[in-house]
Amino acid sequence: MLRVEQLQAGALPPLTFEVADGECLAVEGPSGAGKTRLLRAIADLDAAPGQVFLDGAERNEMTAPQWRERVRYCAAEPAWWSDTPRGAFPEPIDETRLDRVLAAIGLEPDALDKPTAVLSTGERQRLALARAIVDEPKVLLLDEPTAALDAQSAALVEELIKYQMLSGRSVILVSHDHDQIERLAHARLQLAKTETTSSKNDKEETS
Amino acid sequence: MTYVPLTPLDLVLAAALLVVNGIISWVFRLKLERSIAIATIRMVLQLALIGLVLKFIFAQTSPLWTVLLAFVMVGAAGFEVVSRQHRRIKGWQAFGFSTATLLFIGMVITGLGVGVIIGPDPWYAPRYILPILGMVLGNTMTAIALVLDTFSETAHRERAAIEARLALGANRLEALSHVLHVSLRTGMMPILNSMATTGIVALPGMMTGQILAGVAPVEAAKYQVLIMFLIASATALGSFFGGIGAVLLLTDARHRLRLDRLNAPK
Repeated sequence: MLRVEQLQAGALPPLTFEVADGECLAVEGPSGAGKTRLLRAIADLDAAPGQVFLDGAERNEMTAPQWRERVRYCAAEPAWWSDTPRGAFPEPIDETRLDRVLAAIGLEPDALDKPTAVLSTGERQRLALARAIVDEPKVLLLDEPTAALDAQSAALVEELIKYQMLSGRSVILVSHDHDQIERLAHARLQLAKTETTSSKNDKEETS
Repeated sequence: MTYVPLTPLDLVLAAALLVVNGIISWVFRLKLERSIAIATIRMVLQLALIGLVLKFIFAQTSPLWTVLLAFVMVGAAGFEVVSRQHRRIKGWQAFGFSTATLLFIGMVITGLGVGVIIGPDPWYAPRYILPILGMVLGNTMTAIALVLDTFSETAHRERAAIEARLALGANRLEALSHVLHVSLRTGMMPILNSMATTGIVALPGMMTGQILAGVAPVEAAKYQVLIMFLIASATALGSFFGGIGAVLLLTDARHRLRLDRLNAPK
């Protein structure tokens, strides 16, 4: 279970909430409300006062890399740093599990070895999701996981997210798709447009 | 040793050559006249001043003045490292770190070169220590400045990839490994290039100076080889410390990328 206590992400007011194992919390709000900031703060990628607990352990009780192995942030725009996607997957790669994940979201295994530049935006986004879940983190922080996908691929990704929940993982989902939130979320967190969102660091949804 | 001393008239004649720079700037409207004038005056004043300072220090027997001038040189080099950055790191840490690194490398490499290898009598003879320290510092300063600049530029450009790696559980050194790799290569390239071409394309300044002063060319070449080795190791050390410093200054203990510590580009 993920528990967030008085977490102050950027200009957001202190937030307190829980996401149980196997449940999905949807974060809603207009562009610039700080949804990405909140996910980044939970993953400890931005400094934020307050506390975040995973199964009773506060994030500062472990190293930041250990925390992020368990609490996994998946950005809206995936980044690649190797010639082919394979080089950007966390080592060691469990091939059978990875093939299963790729098949579930409609990707051929050879997509891993194509030059990253020739893959479509949708393929890259699905590969980034596969990269984020293949080593089985406890919590998934998904920032618009289906934004670049057609309806068919989006449905496959939703099925995969549901399967992750069935396996006991907690999900925090940022999405602009109300129907998707309706289908996946057990609870919702509504963020209002904050007055002072002009923090320089906040690249939230400039795309 | 014999050489032809220069008279003030000789220098005035040479200075007249700068009219060429002025004409080019004027014809192409480069608006560099001011910069040419300032750079010229600074160069003449600084060299005249250091000539007088060195004359004074050489006349003393106390090592105190040598050490004092060495500290001034280290401080100036540290300042220059920071001012050469396109995106400067906020606060005094970058200056402090660069200066400490320069002090350490300057002491170790110059100490090794002068104290152990050349071995003048007395060991603190400013005629050996100060020029060699100057050459070591100048090259180390360039290496650190290049590494810091490349590091912050590359980290800025590859921010999304670095943060994606951090999000997947990489520690800061793993997430920045590519940035570090590019920066260290950039820092060490100039000395490797100049070692490969020295003597073919250009005679190094120090060797030229020694030859002009009447030293036998082979003796001058030997000194130049020694200096090249000192500079090569100093730039390698400078690049390494600069890279480690950049990682520490632009991340925090929770392995977050802290590009908010960079100022906007000049």
